[in-house]
Amino acid sequence: MNNAERSKLKMEDISIEFPGVKALSHVNFELESGKIYGLVGANGAGKSTLMKILGGVYTHYAGKIYLDGKEINIKSPRDAKELGIEVVYQEVDTALVPYLDVAENIMLNTIVNKMDKKQFVGWNVIHEVARKTLQTLGVDINTHTLVEKLSLAQKQLILIARAIVQKTRFLILDEPTAPLSNTEIKELFRIVKDLSTNQNVGVVFISHRLPEVFEICEKITVMRDGKVVAEKDIEKVDMKQLVELMLGRKFSENYPKRKVNIGGKKLEIKNFEDTKSRIKITNLTVHRGEIVGIAGLAGAGKTEFCKSIFGVFPLRSGEIYINGKRIYNTSPSQAVKNGFALIPEERRKEGIWINESVVTNLTATSLSKFARILSIVNVSLERVCARDIIKKLSIKTPDEYQKAAYLSGGNQQKIVIGKWLIPNADIYIFDEPTKGVDIGAKHEIFEIIGQLAEMGKGIIYASCEFPEILGISDRIYVMYNGQIVKELETEKTSEEEILYYATGGK
Amino acid sequence: MVTAKSESTVRNTQSFWKRISDFITKWGTVLTVGVLILYFSLTLPTFLTYSNILTILRSIAIVTVIATGVTFSLTVNGFDLSIGSVATFADSLVISMFVWYQMSTFPSIIIAISITLVVALLNSFLIIKMKIPDLLATLSTMFMFEGVAMTYTGGGSISEGMPRLDGTPTFGKIPHTFKLIGQEPYIIIIMFIIVLIAHIFLNYTKHGRYLYMVGGNIEAARLSGIPVDKYRALAYFISTFLAALGGVILASRIGSAQINAGAGYLMPSVAAAFIGYSVAGAGKPNAIGTFVGAILVGVLENGLVMMSVPYYSMNIVKGGVLALALMLTYFKKDE
Repeated sequence: MNNAERSKLKMEDISIEFPGVKALSHVNFELESGKIYGLVGANGAGKSTLMKILGGVYTHYAGKIYLDGKEINIKSPRDAKELGIEVVYQEVDTALVPYLDVAENIMLNTIVNKMDKKQFVGWNVIHEVARKTLQTLGVDINTHTLVEKLSLAQKQLILIARAIVQKTRFLILDEPTAPLSNTEIKELFRIVKDLSTNQNVGVVFISHRLPEVFEICEKITVMRDGKVVAEKDIEKVDMKQLVELMLGRKFSENYPKRKVNIGGKKLEIKNFEDTKSRIKITNLTVHRGEIVGIAGLAGAGKTEFCKSIFGVFPLRSGEIYINGKRIYNTSPSQAVKNGFALIPEERRKEGIWINESVVTNLTATSLSKFARILSIVNVSLERVCARDIIKKLSIKTPDEYQKAAYLSGGNQQKIVIGKWLIPNADIYIFDEPTKGVDIGAKHEIFEIIGQLAEMGKGIIYASCEFPEILGISDRIYVMYNGQIVKELETEKTSEEEILYYATGGK
Repeated sequence: MVTAKSESTVRNTQSFWKRISDFITKWGTVLTVGVLILYFSLTLPTFLTYSNILTILRSIAIVTVIATGVTFSLTVNGFDLSIGSVATFADSLVISMFVWYQMSTFPSIIIAISITLVVALLNSFLIIKMKIPDLLATLSTMFMFEGVAMTYTGGGSISEGMPRLDGTPTFGKIPHTFKLIGQEPYIIIIMFIIVLIAHIFLNYTKHGRYLYMVGGNIEAARLSGIPVDKYRALAYFISTFLAALGGVILASRIGSAQINAGAGYLMPSVAAAFIGYSVAGAGKPNAIGTFVGAILVGVLENGLVMMSVPYYSMNIVKGGVLALALMLTYFKKDE
């Protein structure tokens, strides 16, 4: 392959803002077809945002994009496709039509956009082209199979096949390996390498897993806080340096950690395995008054773990003990009876009723306490309790009958926590509680968690925000690929060390 | 100063129109009922008489009872289409107890309603365990039990003195007590009691609150420890129970079991329950709203009959009113 055939894509001085956040500022990024680029950075560094600009999802950016020296304007995903830029997003299902077959999905663009005046679809041609494309990828999937029957890995390959059919010059893979098994990852890498060397495709590989980046990429770009902080050839950098670059300066935020005397064993989890065998935990303990951090990057399996112990997903095996007594969380309602409380990650979807009042939300978990004869709810008592929580957590609301929809994200999060304060649970599981919460509310949430610890509760705090975990926890389990890979004392560890283990270092 | 003043005027007119539109979405249905009553009483001298008001209340009683059941299925974000068939089935069962088996009033009613609860069991199984969408699951049970009711009666109707299809003569009589249920004041009293109990249950008890929470956000309900499946099943059991009760009242009113007698109650009941969403700006299914919805449908029907609108054209108007009510409920949601 000589250089004359290579196309060059150049993003120059790209900035983009979202209400209240400057997501990217003056970013330069350059790529050439036929090469594989790694794009790494901590959560919120701006990797996905940058790639969404290339994919035509965000169009209100400032800056210029050039293709082979000519300025181009990407105004929609369709523009991007016509220029030969294809993005495979993390959520593969959103890009596929489940009840159509493999060939139809691969050829979707042809069928939708290239029909012009033709009214009939040439199925033979469609299947023929789809089959040949899969052959060049070395993938063996029947083109008549319905996409809904495929595994996640196969779905990804279908999207990649779709990309090559369209003569893609640049293929962007956003966290493609997060849901895959090791053999599936090997297969994906073989195909990606083949694409770049034989089909002259330029690949951008976004990942949290540094060993993978080292395995497959030629060049690596590190982003942090919406800026590109380094561009390196892969031979000239090692994992430790990368971790340092990703973190940059030490975070100077102060977290109000309370000093709490840690008591005896409160919660113990042994030989835990979910039905898909993705999450395997051999041993995890939480003591009275202890805040245990579960640190892991997106896709490490934290949410699945939190929900599994709360009884949302069935288990293959696993023993849960509270105060030495074996308990069974067969369903969330059973878990609540056993003294568990879960503050889920997706709070709007899983934590609150946006059309109900603050009171109704706050007493959702404890309504039985207010029920009197014929289960009629004692509304005035309920209101008093709700007011108490509103005051305790300083939830900003005009009154307790305001609809939850009208509160800010931080105050909604406080409601989600607040509803667990009345039933007086024993074990509190927080799953990314600070996601989308401003700094003020964050501090208040930490304050509440500290108070819970003081009351002698056991607390599990799962997050991908390592500085926060360091600030609030007593002990940290690092999760990688569904397993706890390291247990660390918070006092004796650092962000670098956590990130090292969380990205697959050994 | 001048600009500030004009700005505030603009804001005032804006909020004025907003207030008007808010008022209409909130009270539109109640207003419609009022306007209809006013119009009919001005054009029809007999409309607002005591006997006609009783006629209207009596005619909406069955719809109200069945529609209250639909309301329960709607609270959990479900939908029960099988209510019409349940009413038919209960009607056939209860009349057959009297005519075929010569049983007395209360055991017959209890047995008939208990047997129809099989439909609720099947609905819950299909929806909760088999995960079939509510509308489709109840569509299939609707057909199924329309057939079951007809098979039970042997494809015909049941009434006093009529021999069974195989020629066996029947000697049972429909008891006088049973006939009273379908007459005023009892039928109207039953209606009010059902509405009142449903209202208290949905708004003031823990269980009612849980039903709304399951319907409002099922994931949040599950993760808050509410036994979601139990409450969904409960909603379908109440729905079936009230449809069966409607069927029993119907049996008492017409004094016989007719083929598909309950089918005609499906549409007005669904309409009443959906109209109920918008009453007083509740924005969710509720007992009082459903009652207002039933009144709207009943007043409309009564007035149109008195204005000699032919029965075959009535559905045009009824369908139109339903569309109007749905507009009031859904149009606002897009804002």
